Amino acid sequence: MKITRTALLASVAAAILTAATSAASAQAQVARTLEQVKSRGFISCGSNPGLAGFGMPDDKGTWAGLDVDLCRAVSAAIFNDPNKVKFIPLTAKDRFTALQTGEIDVLARNGTWTQSREAELGLLWTGINYYDGQGFMVRKKLNVSSALELSGASICVQQGTTTELNLADYFRSNNMKYEVVAFATSNEAVKAYDSGRCDAYTTDASGLYAERLKLVNADEHVVLPEVISKEPLGPSVRQGDDQWFNIVKWAHYAMLNAEELGVTKANLDEKLKSPNPEVRRLLGAEGDFGKALGLTPDWAYRIVQHVGNYGESFNRNVGEGSRLKIKRGLNNLWNKGGLQFAPPVR
Amino acid sequence: MASRASGAYLRTSVSPDLPPPARVGGPVAWVRENLFGGVLSSVLTVLSALFLVWVTPDLIRWLFIDAVWSAPDGEACRAPGAGACWAYVRAKISFFAYGSYPRDLLWRVDLTLLLGALLAAWLLWPGARRKGLGLLLFLVAYPILAYNLLHGMADSLRAVLRGLADVSGSAALADVAQNALPVVGTNLWGGIFVSLLVATVGIVVSLPLGVLLALGRQSSAPVLRMVCVVLIEVVRGVPLITVLFMANTMLPLFVPEQWSPDRLMRPLIGVAIFASVYMAEVVRGGLQAVPKGQFEGAMALGLTWRHRMALIVMPQALTTVIPGIVNSFIALFKDTTLVAIVGIFDFLRAVDTQRLDPEWAGPSISATGYVFAAAFYFVFCFAMSRYSLMMERRLARGHAK
Repeated sequence: MKITRTALLASVAAAILTAATSAASAQAQVARTLEQVKSRGFISCGSNPGLAGFGMPDDKGTWAGLDVDLCRAVSAAIFNDPNKVKFIPLTAKDRFTALQTGEIDVLARNGTWTQSREAELGLLWTGINYYDGQGFMVRKKLNVSSALELSGASICVQQGTTTELNLADYFRSNNMKYEVVAFATSNEAVKAYDSGRCDAYTTDASGLYAERLKLVNADEHVVLPEVISKEPLGPSVRQGDDQWFNIVKWAHYAMLNAEELGVTKANLDEKLKSPNPEVRRLLGAEGDFGKALGLTPDWAYRIVQHVGNYGESFNRNVGEGSRLKIKRGLNNLWNKGGLQFAPPVR
Repeated sequence: MASRASGAYLRTSVSPDLPPPARVGGPVAWVRENLFGGVLSSVLTVLSALFLVWVTPDLIRWLFIDAVWSAPDGEACRAPGAGACWAYVRAKISFFAYGSYPRDLLWRVDLTLLLGALLAAWLLWPGARRKGLGLLLFLVAYPILAYNLLHGMADSLRAVLRGLADVSGSAALADVAQNALPVVGTNLWGGIFVSLLVATVGIVVSLPLGVLLALGRQSSAPVLRMVCVVLIEVVRGVPLITVLFMANTMLPLFVPEQWSPDRLMRPLIGVAIFASVYMAEVVRGGLQAVPKGQFEGAMALGLTWRHRMALIVMPQALTTVIPGIVNSFIALFKDTTLVAIVGIFDFLRAVDTQRLDPEWAGPSISATGYVFAAAFYFVFCFAMSRYSLMMERRLARGHAK
């Protein structure tokens, strides 16, 4: 008797849970995101509460960063205004829930694109706006120019992360010895490295550049060129709304195409008169390529006008124009030795 | 008489008291008694003094002498030998205080905080009059006003104003109804003002709700008692972080988007409920300390239950547990930092975020930010504890020892 009652209770609870979740997701799918966004008057963008160069509010509370620029680009394409964005700071734990439940329209929060996240969480990555990967930082005076010369080194690392695992794999597969010095937080690991406790510090390359700024003498340290793991970072959207997926995807591609074609914030109006058909199609001088996306013909023009091309955004937020001074590396355009490639607008 | 008065051996006044012997009074005695009272005490005194001598000069040098007081960016703070970077705190102070709240609307936050401070002073000042009116304003009028100021004018108020404008035909009023106090979403709120908001809501809700829960727990109605006991034990049995995660990660999964409360509202409700159940247990302790004779005496006077509680029992119970209540408030004030883990820029989170700013990032930035945060929390908590001590002394006059 008791068992049946428990079972009954459990099944009722389960039924309520499933009903509630399926109602929520069904409702999220039926609604067309673009129409919702237009009637609401702004897009909701899930962002990192604070990651130097990628997304954080400045001292006036204005958000800036590479990920932030992507949201601004989408806003510029839809509203001709880069500021119609509501940034919702999300922690690593509640970011995907917020996207699944429709609380945000796009998640631009340095999320790593993995198979399980797309397949299990019902999300789609629209692209990769930053190719990241685990790297090493060493002191310049060690005279090391490659991670392969780090055999026998002691390496500071944050405990219990995939970082530690990647480190072990890399050294084992290259038959090198090393001594791992693990710390509970990245802050402690950096402090230990700075005080000379280890020869090298390892984490994701973008993090290395940000951490380097905190060191006593930032100029005495160098980030090695090797990247030993794949961390493709990009914005993601919910499955089930292909139009919205396309808009976010092409906002990124428009910025890449603009850079490839040499269109910048400064020479935008000049380029509008360019005879180059690719430029003319991108900027909407020829054809109406925005229409099928649900946008205006000058959608890409608006993006470059308000946000700039990918190179400009990269340079301003994380590259030479910022204190992070991250090299383009893998994030260079495909025709300049990098991986950033955008399909053409035609 | 005259001859006796002129007698040279007679004193005309009482001789003045002699000072106590140096061994029991004066600074030397104080030092001997308090600092060198025994071997252990002497050793500890010497060690503490050495520790202070060792630490203080460096600390003062870092905090004040080598500190960078003003600079346009982090360059000067990164120079070798530079101490605390107060210039960074100065540059970021508006973010620390207001988060991303639109800079041209800051007067709305300032006004709300000022009114809140004035009302709080009215209520907390021991000699103030008409506290009943103050309490009514603070608990009813102030929250409504604060909502309209901080968040923006409520739609209902707009509708009322629009109606008035239609009736009076005043264009100015119609304009006010349309445009005054535009909405500022809670995603822009942050900093000290959010910390104070969370703490104030927690404190203001928890005291009355805690009293009610404590009374409910002692009630003779079984259903009411069960509800209170279950609520208290369940909420007390889970960590605040769990409550916050449930509110921000799980709740949206079960509730359709348009019904789910605002992202700031969720932790506010969580913190308020959490603080209330702790308060309930503190108040229950106070109730148990009131002797049974007080209940019986009140009953013998023919007072109703409400009067017995309001006039006889509660004043004694609450006075007894003032330290416990203030302890809860202080703990709550510091617990407000936990809302950071659900993505709210409270004061500590604001400090934590801004130290990553590439313009300023440097070896001394984190320490400076955290010292500033520690000083802020200390000032508030210390003030609370001093105030409670003063109230205790005032209220305990009746049974002073």
